[in-house]
Amino acid sequence: MTNPLNLFDRPNSYIGKTVPRPDARRLLEGRGRFVDDIQLPRMGHAAFLRSPHAHARIVSIDVAAARAHPGVIAVFTGAEMAQHVEPYVGVLTHLAGLRSAPQHPIAVDIARWQGEPVAMVIADSRATAEDAAELIEVEYDELPAACDAETALDPGTPVIHPAFGNNLAWERTVDVGDVDAAFARDDVTVVERTMRFGRHTGVTLEPRAAVAEFDPSEDRLTFHYSGQAPHMMQFIFAKHLGLPEENVRVVAEDVGGSFGIKIHTYGDEVATAAAAKVLRRPVKFVADRAESFMTDIHARDHVVEGRMAVTADGGIAALAFDDLTGIGPFSMYPRTSAIEANQVLNLTGAPYVVPNYRATARVVFQNKNMMCQYRAVGHPIAMAICDGLLEDAAAAIGMDPVAIRRRNLMRDDGYPCASASGMKLADLSHHKAMDRLVELMDYDRLRAENAALRAQGIHRGIGFCSMVEVTNPSPMFYGVGGAPIASQDGATLRLDAGGGLQVASSVTEQGQGTNAILAQIAAGVFGVPIERVRVKTGDTETVPYGGGTWASRGAGIGGEAMLQAALALKSQVLDVAAVILQARPDDLDIRDGSVTDANGTPRMTLSDLARTVYYRGNELPSDLTPELIATRHYRVTDFPFVFTNGAMAAHVEVDPDTGFVRVLDFWAVEDCGRVINPQLVDEQIRGGVVQGIGGALYEECLYSPEGQLLNTTMADYLVPMAGEMPDIHVAHVETPTRTSVLGAKGAGEAGTGGAPAAVMNAVNDALRPLGTSIWQMPMTPERILKALGRV
Amino acid sequence: MTQTRTITLTVNGDSVTRTVPVRMNLADFLRAELGLTGTHVGCEHGVCGACTLHVDDAPVRSCLMLAVQADGASVTTVEGLADSGRGAALRAAFTARNALQCGYCTPGMLASALDYIDTGGSADRAAIREHLSGNYCRCTGYQAIVDAVCDVIEGRVTA
Ligand code: FES
Ligand code: FES
Repeated sequence: MTNPLNLFDRPNSYIGKTVPRPDARRLLEGRGRFVDDIQLPRMGHAAFLRSPHAHARIVSIDVAAARAHPGVIAVFTGAEMAQHVEPYVGVLTHLAGLRSAPQHPIAVDIARWQGEPVAMVIADSRATAEDAAELIEVEYDELPAACDAETALDPGTPVIHPAFGNNLAWERTVDVGDVDAAFARDDVTVVERTMRFGRHTGVTLEPRAAVAEFDPSEDRLTFHYSGQAPHMMQFIFAKHLGLPEENVRVVAEDVGGSFGIKIHTYGDEVATAAAAKVLRRPVKFVADRAESFMTDIHARDHVVEGRMAVTADGGIAALAFDDLTGIGPFSMYPRTSAIEANQVLNLTGAPYVVPNYRATARVVFQNKNMMCQYRAVGHPIAMAICDGLLEDAAAAIGMDPVAIRRRNLMRDDGYPCASASGMKLADLSHHKAMDRLVELMDYDRLRAENAALRAQGIHRGIGFCSMVEVTNPSPMFYGVGGAPIASQDGATLRLDAGGGLQVASSVTEQGQGTNAILAQIAAGVFGVPIERVRVKTGDTETVPYGGGTWASRGAGIGGEAMLQAALALKSQVLDVAAVILQARPDDLDIRDGSVTDANGTPRMTLSDLARTVYYRGNELPSDLTPELIATRHYRVTDFPFVFTNGAMAAHVEVDPDTGFVRVLDFWAVEDCGRVINPQLVDEQIRGGVVQGIGGALYEECLYSPEGQLLNTTMADYLVPMAGEMPDIHVAHVETPTRTSVLGAKGAGEAGTGGAPAAVMNAVNDALRPLGTSIWQMPMTPERILKALGRV
Repeated sequence: MTQTRTITLTVNGDSVTRTVPVRMNLADFLRAELGLTGTHVGCEHGVCGACTLHVDDAPVRSCLMLAVQADGASVTTVEGLADSGRGAALRAAFTARNALQCGYCTPGMLASALDYIDTGGSADRAAIREHLSGNYCRCTGYQAIVDAVCDVIEGRVTA
């Protein structure tokens, strides 16, 4: 039997190698299978009439003209839909005190954000459904709205859910050490900043999309889903539509980007499933871009008052902050909208030794679209707070930003240990990563070059971020609080008669290359060429039960399950081979699709073995019961999360006349444990960095004071384009996690989590000699000019 | 609202005649009427570039063109490129560089990049980035796409 220690340098070991993705060719030839590509007989197309007001009572709603419109199949008001759907509430017990109100898929009586569905039309085409939706007459009684998170708790502000008495959804405080005493010391320098993080959103290029099929003869719902967590949705449809869970099939084939946007319960999607059930025919809903901006979850929206005290030699004496975040009128179901604030409290300062730490979070309701988990949940805020204040403090005491990090970063040989907030940390490498970063970017030369250019009136800056990323979450993330979200994942390998492997996994693919790394692990650990592995993911009917892909868990958790299942199948196959070949299993191996001697000499092909088992069982001893299929599940134990670390740097140029910031260069050194496919990891980091740069410089959902979303087109909401992005240099430190044999941690969110802090620090490095700094994201030209006092 | 007109056009080399609503755009026509779902729609207002394809050999945003405007034209979609072999080197380079993640932007990205390559574009990264700035990609961060285009222009990848 293979010693696990040798798993990574065996023949057929694809782990650690760049292997092209099996899905690439299909997608390049126009053979993707996205939800909107599905056409079914008798399928109706849904369009939603949405509230034009941030807060309004629905006095009356007249759908008669819409119902009578040619081609219309059905119209549902909120009250009609409510008869078919049990309302849902986005709370979890481990977020003690979190409250939210019951939510309906379509507003009943009161609409609480602009864009909330008010009625649904199903017709023979989307165009017809939209025509009919325009014929619906709604009389609204506009109510005063609570839009601004910063005044949401003021006494005069309208209360969105009157039964709660105020707009507070949740609050939490962490208080470690003696913060007040540390700030009061006379040998510390204190910096203090108010930081604002605008709302932004995922802008998946494929909008949210759903096709629901219902077969009344079997009481069976099939939901084609552009999303990340099929089993979670299976539970949700079963519970809220009143179906047996096993009768709900959720299928996610190609997903055109997700980034956390497509992991939540959206009213329009629930209504689509319910309508298919009621109408006994398929219904399709695909959000258009305006609907995406108005209703895909938004993220961030934090105001932070932060303070840091450092000693003369740059040691962090204390870190304290108050975080306020607005989440819209409800906490999103089922993951809740308090997780981001919770993460901010958990993660801030985690790379550093912080002896005294106090943080409070307040999460408030407001009449805007809902806020929830998007790529790098909480990380950009947490990293910007600590690393922003740290570089501010460094400047205040005249210390280099790299030197102050080296002074405060936790020692690489000091793990396992805990962060100030109590997070268990292990296997991290902040100092190594920083050393690698400084070398990669040629830091001293760059500093000197910036200084020389400054003399010529060119204002460049360098900014850093030392970060941690939460990956491979255990049940402590959601399951512990009662959420129907699996933290374990499963993998099945089946040896087919032809000698190839059919493998299935409960993690999902949204473009990261999940299917590729699963194939690499299966092929390498079991012993077949990768071309002989077919991977199935994203179908509750055919894959093991599991959580899906989110929180950077696909490779680490799904990959380990695949590794364990491959080891199990290998052992089962060798047991059979040993009988056929009259050998000891320990003296056999599987390589290149054959059972071999320990030295690699082929003895029989896997297809010979499988055909003997499947077709000619008569040749086997009757007491041999071959199993050519194996399933294993894996979950992280002992640690709530498996943290990764990274060191990033941005190099920017600020034009003080226009306020424009150009990112000239970006470097990321990442330690995500064992790298399964270097190219895929690097591309995850690059894509993540670019989303982080978007949040730092461009992206913001802009609302009027009355709660009207002002930018609902791609022309008005700016995402990074090819022309303004730099090349991004990526390097790795590999410290495998001790929690698995595979040793892989996640990598999907690091870039998005760390880049905003690095870019903000770089902009401030450029601005400081001009006598100013900026603490609001996105750092738009207008805001930079304001900081410079030029407008 | 639902006026129709009969159009005849060539799609991926095949002659096609259909009666279509005059308000139907070319992207919806290809996807819904012809089942050519390789053409993707990301914004329907001409910004994201996902729907880019070739009409009479020029790149066109198929969400901004009505189907009736394509009457008499020759349309090539991503499926047509694959079947004819055109752009094979670019697809090989996209695969080698992992210049696609979710693949939703990819058909439009290929159409725009092929246009750049076939009109004699140079392997100048800034120029390539500029040319592709009408095509959004939310996944890759663009670098691998630029790498792939350079690989083709500099002959590092062949079909
Ligand atoms: S769908 Fe045509 S440009 Fe976006
Ligand atoms: S690969 Fe997903 S949008 Fe480009």
